[in-house]
Amino acid sequence: MTLTLQYAVDALNVGGLYAMMALGIGLIFGIMRLINFAHGELVMVGGYAMLLLVQLPGPLVLALSLIVVIVLALGMERLAFRPLREAAPSTLLVASFALSYFLQNFFVLVFGARPVPFAFASELSTNFEIGHIRIVLLQVVSMTLTILALVGLTALLKRTSIGVQLRAASQDFRAAKLCGVRANSVIAFAFAISGSLAWIVSLIYSAQIGQLSPAMGVRPVVIGFVATILGGLGSLVGAVLGGFLVGALSVTLEATLSLQLRPFKEAVLFALVFLVLLLRPQGLIAVRALKERV
Amino acid sequence: MRSMGLHARLISLTPLLALALLLIGTAGIVAICPPGTQRVAIEALIKLLVVVGSYIFIGNSGVLSFGHVSFMAVGAYVAAWLVIAPETKELMLPGLPAFLMQAHWAPAVGVLAGGIAASAFAFFVGLPLARLNGISASIGSFAVLAVVNAVFSNWTSVTGGQGSLYGLPSYAGLWTILPWALAALCVAWIYQQSRFGLRLRGAREDEVAAQSIGVNIWRERLIAFVISAFFVGVAGAFYGYFLGVIAARAFYLQMTFITIAMLVVGGLTSLWGAVLGVLTITLLGEVLRHAERGVDLGPLSFGAHPGLQELGLAALMLIILIYRPRGLTGGREIPVVGAFWQPKKLIGSRSEP
Repeated sequence: MTLTLQYAVDALNVGGLYAMMALGIGLIFGIMRLINFAHGELVMVGGYAMLLLVQLPGPLVLALSLIVVIVLALGMERLAFRPLREAAPSTLLVASFALSYFLQNFFVLVFGARPVPFAFASELSTNFEIGHIRIVLLQVVSMTLTILALVGLTALLKRTSIGVQLRAASQDFRAAKLCGVRANSVIAFAFAISGSLAWIVSLIYSAQIGQLSPAMGVRPVVIGFVATILGGLGSLVGAVLGGFLVGALSVTLEATLSLQLRPFKEAVLFALVFLVLLLRPQGLIAVRALKERV
Repeated sequence: MRSMGLHARLISLTPLLALALLLIGTAGIVAICPPGTQRVAIEALIKLLVVVGSYIFIGNSGVLSFGHVSFMAVGAYVAAWLVIAPETKELMLPGLPAFLMQAHWAPAVGVLAGGIAASAFAFFVGLPLARLNGISASIGSFAVLAVVNAVFSNWTSVTGGQGSLYGLPSYAGLWTILPWALAALCVAWIYQQSRFGLRLRGAREDEVAAQSIGVNIWRERLIAFVISAFFVGVAGAFYGYFLGVIAARAFYLQMTFITIAMLVVGGLTSLWGAVLGVLTITLLGEVLRHAERGVDLGPLSFGAHPGLQELGLAALMLIILIYRPRGLTGGREIPVVGAFWQPKKLIGSRSEP
């Protein structure tokens, strides 16, 4: 019983992180049909920004690093994706792949390829137990952050004018433009939110792995893809569901697979992506606007 | 095609001949260069094989595959299983089945087997994958790449896992790879002019219209996928010999990025684009590699810059995507025909509508 509960806690935690990753990717996909490979580099840059600012007082580090990530997200959109807005989705995918590679190697150039040990607020890794369940303080913090981020985002999307515009644009971009939604500001807004989500991930993720490296964004972004596809590309609820599903799956696989088979966890996840694409290409939650029209 | 006269047929071969001569000429020049340059040329030739191979599918179908490097991995490992001496394999790969364990084939046969294995693998993966369109196909092929990579890097008793596989013969040389590269060019050229290639190109331009005249897109894509995988598998086998030591990480995102960059920079939709892309990226890579080691420019002296090469490639790729989305060649074949004689009724021999 305790063991099951422990797994549930772990799954929720991992899932929360993946959900935020998937949400950051799904948000942009919904509007631009862009699968942003470079989303992982936002996570990476967030980590390095905290490393550079670490001398400053805590809240200032948080605020400034958030600004850095948002500025980078907006810069990506302005310089790389805006000129390609009319291009085919696969061109956009290649462009984001190139951008991700560019940013990674820029950081290799500046900081070297070797991982740098770093954890912002290392006191987060203290353990405590509630009735035989081991909980790391970091997990509580990351859970809280995840819930806050999800609630905040829901409020933003449902209650504010720009949020409603964003949802409209992700349902049907052309129709939304015809109704007077400003394309540039909505897309910029989406990138800013996506950047903020990446920043939260980078806060939690860099504390989890305890080090920074130029390639650290690749794993989360790839898992984020898996989650977005499972949940249904373009659907925000689907992205969150997909994230938690992948979290639950990876904890289950970790618990049930034998020690020899455990490294194949990733293979199972991707095989699942392949299956979902074949059997239910629209994912858990289908988005009607994505149906291809003739 | 049947209605084409002999003259027109010969003319339609000139771009292919031009490419072949370019390749043979370059190889001839490189052959008298120092070994360092030769090594660069051999690697470029292997990548040409990958890129031309990938082009057969990507260029003609318009479906961007991120999975072709997994065929390279299949080719490399199959060749390694068949070619490495049995004594070495017993030490490194205790889990190999008896048949593979005892095999001690000639390197050239290993290359062929690598290509065939890659084709067979592509056939089974392609059966479902060829149904997917556009971005789903890209992600599906990426999933294949990730699965293959996870399996090869963790199935330690058969692949050596995270460690590396050594004991490969040094068979990869200019003159052993060149015939394969030429064969790839010929097959790509013949395929894109054949009825199969034309059907697939039609489907690339307009799926619905192609279907309405009876093109079975799934079948055409599968055919291209299997042919394409063969050459990529062959390239993988050569790459294994070239490196001397195989590790699964050699066949993952980095290789995928470089080969896709070559295709995109040259132009996805023409064979000339595939060749030009490999040439451009190789030359640029070499220039940047020298810059990476450090340059002295009078008052400005730069130290060693690891990462500069990749940074330059990524920047070039982005610039091309934004300012010249059809690549350096603009999707046209090598401009030899037009210079002498403009064929009047040469339907299908040009990629442009």
